[in-house]
Amino acid sequence: MKLLETVAGLWQKYYYVYLGGLWGTIWLSAVSVAAATVIGTAIALMKLSGVRVLDWITRVYVGILRGTPILLQLYFFWILLPKAVPFELSDTACIIVALIVNASAYVAEVIRAGIQAVDAGQTEAAKSLGMRPRNVMLRVVMPQAVKNILPALGNEYVTMIKQTSLASVFFVEELMTSYKTVQSATFLALPSLIIVGFIYLILITVLTKALDLFERRLQKSERR
Amino acid sequence: MSADSIKLGGKIKPRVLIKVENLNKSFGDLKVLRNISESIHEGEVVSIIGPSGSGKSTFLRCLNLLERPSSGRVIFEDVDISGKKVDIVKHRQKIGMVFQQFNVFPHLTVTENITLAPTLEKNISKADARRRAHELLERVGLLDKKDEYPSRLSGGQKQRLAIVRALAMNPDVILFDEPTSALDPEMVGEVLDVIRSLAESGMTILIVTHEMGFAREVSDRVFFMDGGAIREQGRPEEIFFHARDPRTAEFLSMVL
Ligand SMILES: Nc1ncnc2c1ncn2[C@@H]1O[C@H](COP(=O)(O)OP(=O)(O)O)[C@@H](O)[C@H]1O
Ligand SMILES: [Mg+2]
Repeated sequence: MKLLETVAGLWQKYYYVYLGGLWGTIWLSAVSVAAATVIGTAIALMKLSGVRVLDWITRVYVGILRGTPILLQLYFFWILLPKAVPFELSDTACIIVALIVNASAYVAEVIRAGIQAVDAGQTEAAKSLGMRPRNVMLRVVMPQAVKNILPALGNEYVTMIKQTSLASVFFVEELMTSYKTVQSATFLALPSLIIVGFIYLILITVLTKALDLFERRLQKSERR
Repeated sequence: MSADSIKLGGKIKPRVLIKVENLNKSFGDLKVLRNISESIHEGEVVSIIGPSGSGKSTFLRCLNLLERPSSGRVIFEDVDISGKKVDIVKHRQKIGMVFQQFNVFPHLTVTENITLAPTLEKNISKADARRRAHELLERVGLLDKKDEYPSRLSGGQKQRLAIVRALAMNPDVILFDEPTSALDPEMVGEVLDVIRSLAESGMTILIVTHEMGFAREVSDRVFFMDGGAIREQGRPEEIFFHARDPRTAEFLSMVL
C-alpha cells in the first residue's frame, strides 16, 4: 500500500518526465523501425541478387551485427561516429544510427527468410513465362513473401522498441532514461521503475494487439 | 518463314525449332546429362520417357535455360540461347513450360494468372489480355472460374490454368514436365485432352510423361532417356513395339 502511494505521488510530481521519456521511446523506435526496414530490405535483396560480392558483403555485415552484443555496438558507434564525421554529432544521433544499423541486420534476415520461403516453383514458372527478374521479384515473389514477412517483422519491431531502452546508458531521452532522471532526483528506485515498466507494458501490449489484428486480417484475405 | 522450311512438292519440310548440341549438365560431381544432341522440328510432338532420375526434367529445363548447361549448346530458332550474351528473357517468351506441380500464382485470380506476363512483358493492354485470357479459358472449359483464386480449383483445373497461362504468351513450343503426375487419377484425362488438342492444332510439344498410352497416341517421336543420355529414339511404334536397346525394352516391360 505504501508503495502504491509512493508510485502515485511520484507520477503526479514527475509525470512530464515520464511522458517526455515515452515520447522519446516512441520516436526513437519509429525512426529506427522505418530506417531499418528500408535498409534491411535493401540488404536482403543484395543477398539474394546472386552477385557473389554482394552476398559476401551482406554475409559479413549481418554476421558481425548478429554476432556481437547490441550494447557493444552502441558504444562502438558512440565512440567512432563523432570521430568519423566532420560535423558535430549528438549522442542521440550516434545512438540512433547504431540502433538502425543493428536492427537492419535482423530485418534483413527476416525478409530474406520470407522471400526464400516462397516456393521455388513460383520463380521458375514466372521465369519460364519470360518475365524479367525485376517483375518476377515484384509481381510474383514479393506479394507472396509479404505474408511470411509481416508477422515476423512485427516481432522484430517489438524487440526493437524494447532495445531502445539501452539508449539510457548514454542518457538519450527515452523511458528508461526518465526512470534514471527521477530516481537520481528522488532516490526512489523501485517506484520509478514500476511506473516505467507499466508504461512499456501498455505500449507494447497495444502494439502487439494491433499487429495480431493486422495479421489475422491478412490471413483472411489469403484464404479468399 | 525461315530459309530451311522450303516447300517440297506441296509438302512442307518443317524447320528445326530446337537444336541441342553436345549438351552436358553436372551438379557438382554428379553427371546428369551426357552429351545429348538432338533436333526438334516445328510442329513435332516428342514424348520423353525413362526411369526416374534419368535426367528428363533436367533436359527440359536446359532447353529454356532454367538450368544452365555445363557444356554444349541449345539453339532455339537459329539463336544459341545458351550463349552468355543472349537476352534469355525474350527467348523464354517463345518457350512455354508446364510443371508437374502446376506452379500457378496463388495470389492472383485465374484471369490475372494468365494476363500477368503478357501485360508486363509484351505491352499488351489489360483489356486485350483479358479478352484473350477468356477465350483461352473457354477453350479449356474454365471460363466460369475466371475470377476465382487458384485455391478454389482442383488439381486438374490448376494444370489447365497453367497450360493456358503458358499459351497466353503465344509460344512456339511448350515443354511439359510430367503434367499429370501430381494429379488424382480421375483428373488425368481432362489435362491430357487439352494437351492432345494442342498437339492436333500443330503446336510443337516436348512432354515428359509416364502416360505410355498417351505418348504412343500423340507423339511423332519418342525419346527414351536413361543415365543422362537419350538411349534410343524413334517413332512410337518403333520404341514401344520394336525397341532395339535392351534397357528400353526392360523399362517398357516394367511400366506397360
Ligand atoms: N538442382 C539439382 N542439384 C543437384 N542434383 C540435381 C538437381 N536437379 C536434379 N538433380 C539430380 O539429377 C538427376 C536427374 O534428375 P532429373 O532431371 O530430375 O531426373 P528425372 O526428371 O528423369 O526424374 C537426379 O539424380 C537428381 O537427383
Ligand atoms: Mg522429373
